[in-house]
Amino acid sequence: MAHIVGGIATSHVPAIGRATAQKLQGDAYWKPFFDGFPPVRRWIDSVRPDVAVVFYNDHGLNFFLDKMPTFAIGAAPCYTNADEGWGIPQVPAIAGEQALSWHIIESLIGEEFDLTTCQEMNVDHAVTLPMALLWPDQNWPVKIVPVCINTVQFPLPSAKRCFALGEAVGRAIRSWGSHQRVLLLGSGGLSHQLDGERAGFINKSFDLAFMESLVHDPRWATQFDTTQLVEKTGTQGVELLMWLAMRAALGDKVERVHSNYHIPISNTATGLLVLSSPA
Amino acid sequence: MTTKDIPGTTLFDGRQAMKGYALNKMCFSFNSADNRAAFLRDEDAYSALYGLTPPQREAVRARNVLQLIAAGGNVYYLAKLAGIFGLDVQDLGAQQTGVTKEEFKARLLAAAH
Repeated sequence: MAHIVGGIATSHVPAIGRATAQKLQGDAYWKPFFDGFPPVRRWIDSVRPDVAVVFYNDHGLNFFLDKMPTFAIGAAPCYTNADEGWGIPQVPAIAGEQALSWHIIESLIGEEFDLTTCQEMNVDHAVTLPMALLWPDQNWPVKIVPVCINTVQFPLPSAKRCFALGEAVGRAIRSWGSHQRVLLLGSGGLSHQLDGERAGFINKSFDLAFMESLVHDPRWATQFDTTQLVEKTGTQGVELLMWLAMRAALGDKVERVHSNYHIPISNTATGLLVLSSPA
Repeated sequence: MTTKDIPGTTLFDGRQAMKGYALNKMCFSFNSADNRAAFLRDEDAYSALYGLTPPQREAVRARNVLQLIAAGGNVYYLAKLAGIFGLDVQDLGAQQTGVTKEEFKARLLAAAH
């Protein structure tokens, strides 16, 4: 059976793409953010994943309001990045692990999760930036299965439901008849709000409490409904749902390998958390 | 709809999604460089193509983010419109909160403490 090696959650602020292209990693503004990643890469080298299942939210590249799935999963041979309109450099296409996609689809629909399945899917910065932070040469050593959670159009799926989705994805991976080693990624957050008179909202104490909860009390954030999460984390801070789904997929016990938290990158409080699953 | 519980915040719900459909659809089209160029060549003609409502057209003309949101715009799509004018999310934040970009950045930095 497949083995889950652990999970990584990180922010995906578009400005990271610009900073990377302009090689600003050592710049005073950027250093506290990029310095979080060398330990993550060393950990990845030690756990040698073959596949990454990526929980992310699309920002209007693949999905528009004409058809807006609550939960969508890629089942494509290849995921292409494309122009998002405001110009960050595109990255090479990423190969898909179709066998795992279909195993997850069959397993989750068997558990009564009604997924949208996609055999063609563009992936935006929410997938490509974490990938490029983990593998800066962009010569991807893993195939992926993207799982997209709607954070554009309300009502959003609840934190509780996203946790349940993550748990089901974890069960599916562990029952996959393959010897591949699977890494989980959660992409988004942490607290930030881009729109309205409340733009610029950041909530450090909530972010830190949330990150801590993922280690010791993973269901903690499921006590909040979506409006409460917007109040505590901002309209885009609700992307923490990706972290929650990733954490749920890891199972009961995890160990913290590494974490980083830095305010601000662009309008966002950025977080990074690496959790390993005991063998 | 501004949520009473969260000042300065509009949840992009079904009502906003219906109201803003034409505007958001136009902004979504700006994923294509050809469409961005067409908009810049003739903003009126391009807006007409998507059937923007008068408040949406006026909000686009004014480059006013709060007006765009009130007209049903969603910030994920509005960001693509803002990109055409070279505005980033800190420019948008400063405009919406009525401060300079430097003041807005200082506010963000202050959140670290």
